[in-house]
Amino acid sequence: MFLKKRLLPITLLLVFLLSIAGCAQQPAQQEQPQQAEPPAVETKDVILATTTSTQDSGLLDVLIPEFEKQTGYVVKTIAVGTGAALAMGQKGEADVLLTHAPSQEIPMVESGVVTNYQLVMHNDFIIVGPENDPAGIKGTATAAEALKKIHEKGALFISRGDNSGTHTMEKNLWKAAGITPVVSDKYQETGQGMGQTLTVAQQKSAYTLTDRATYLAQKKNLSLVILVEGEKALLNIYHVAQVNPEKFPKVNADGAKAFVEFMVAPDTQKMISEFKVAEFGEPLFIADAGKNEEDLGK
Amino acid sequence: MELIWDGLVKAFHLLIMLDPEVLEVTWLTLKVSGTATLVSVLIGVPLGATLALSRFPGRNFLVSLSNFGMGLPPVVVGLWVSIFLWRSGPFGELNIIYTPLAIIIAQAVIASPIVTSFTLAAIQQISPRLRMQLLALGANRAQLVWSLVKEAKLGLLAAVMAGFGGVVSEVGASMMVGGNIKGQTRVLTTATVMEVNKGNFDVAIALSVILLALAYGVIVLLTTLQQWRNNHG
Repeated sequence: MFLKKRLLPITLLLVFLLSIAGCAQQPAQQEQPQQAEPPAVETKDVILATTTSTQDSGLLDVLIPEFEKQTGYVVKTIAVGTGAALAMGQKGEADVLLTHAPSQEIPMVESGVVTNYQLVMHNDFIIVGPENDPAGIKGTATAAEALKKIHEKGALFISRGDNSGTHTMEKNLWKAAGITPVVSDKYQETGQGMGQTLTVAQQKSAYTLTDRATYLAQKKNLSLVILVEGEKALLNIYHVAQVNPEKFPKVNADGAKAFVEFMVAPDTQKMISEFKVAEFGEPLFIADAGKNEEDLGK
Repeated sequence: MELIWDGLVKAFHLLIMLDPEVLEVTWLTLKVSGTATLVSVLIGVPLGATLALSRFPGRNFLVSLSNFGMGLPPVVVGLWVSIFLWRSGPFGELNIIYTPLAIIIAQAVIASPIVTSFTLAAIQQISPRLRMQLLALGANRAQLVWSLVKEAKLGLLAAVMAGFGGVVSEVGASMMVGGNIKGQTRVLTTATVMEVNKGNFDVAIALSVILLALAYGVIVLLTTLQQWRNNHG
């Protein structure tokens, strides 16, 4: 009786474990054929933590397969806001970072959390809003001035509110305007990606700060227009960096290094600068590898 | 209105043209949620049956816990499973995070209480007289449980359907532990969220239609099984 009582749970546990083990092997088997052509590498998975704009614009769909073909690594792209991507780097949960908030990234370089920090590309941030422009910001010289006007006129502004690269830029601009925004019916936070935030701004006829790539990619759904652009302070600069293997022994250092090298390689840079030019008539990203950051936007 | 129509046309196109990417995502969704449901049945049915048939101190607490677990928010499960599977977590060495297996684990956690509670209810509502009768006929414990499980098949298949419905529709946990990685962990729900973020509303609508069709297809199959057995058994 005792044995019988125990037999059922034990059998079930065994079945459970076997099924789990069976599933664990599935991905490995699926990856085998991919490995056939490109060079064999030791640890294949490279975890890339990145911002939503690189995924939502479709850029990574073009670059990642090329990287995998060239190197034999398999990239696991985790597209979150830059804030979350950097936090993954801080904890050693990612191998390589592709982000766009230099003011947050530089302290990480200085503290040695990341190494091999390289300039990849840029585009710019723009302030978009309803065509009738209730706060009258079109033509203002600086973004800070425009935000001041929006604030004074009491027009609705939608913020990402998610510590992303765009949100970081927005906070810097409010600072420059000498205003500390407080969440109210005139300043709302979505806590979501740029695409969703643009949709919310569109539905509410509000102003928002966006990167140009996401705006262009979404333009077919939007009646919001570009109201402020072109200022040097609005440059949106993307860097790639390796999470430091000396701090986090579990990271895939070789894979991360290969990815950084791939992102700044001339062929990749050419793909970036040609990305979707045919579709939009203008580049979504301007390739910058090897340039001096000071010279951007001149 | 135009958007809805465009979406439906797009869904039709993606299905008719057998778009390989959509097929891959759909197949993975079925595989992952199906496996998770299977695991939750293997855990939930014996657990529910045990809870239904035995009396011990703390039983009511376990039953309330299982009933409470039916409403476990997928994002909460996703967060906790992530914490355990991250490199810095206790199971980091296994390198499971951002794999289909991670989604299966999270979904099994979500579905197990559902299956347990449904099983418990199904077996407990069988007349206790049947139990007495079976015991009087000389059934041993295994035979008794098996007979009761067969008697409760209507409710048990409802348990399977509820479990599958719960996991195939969740997005929070799959997004967090799977990462929505193209070709690896992208399932229909996470792909839908991504397409909405990209502003491809027509594709998102198409994916949602495919998800509904998939879920309905599986449920029809299970319902047929449930009702067929009932009519012929």
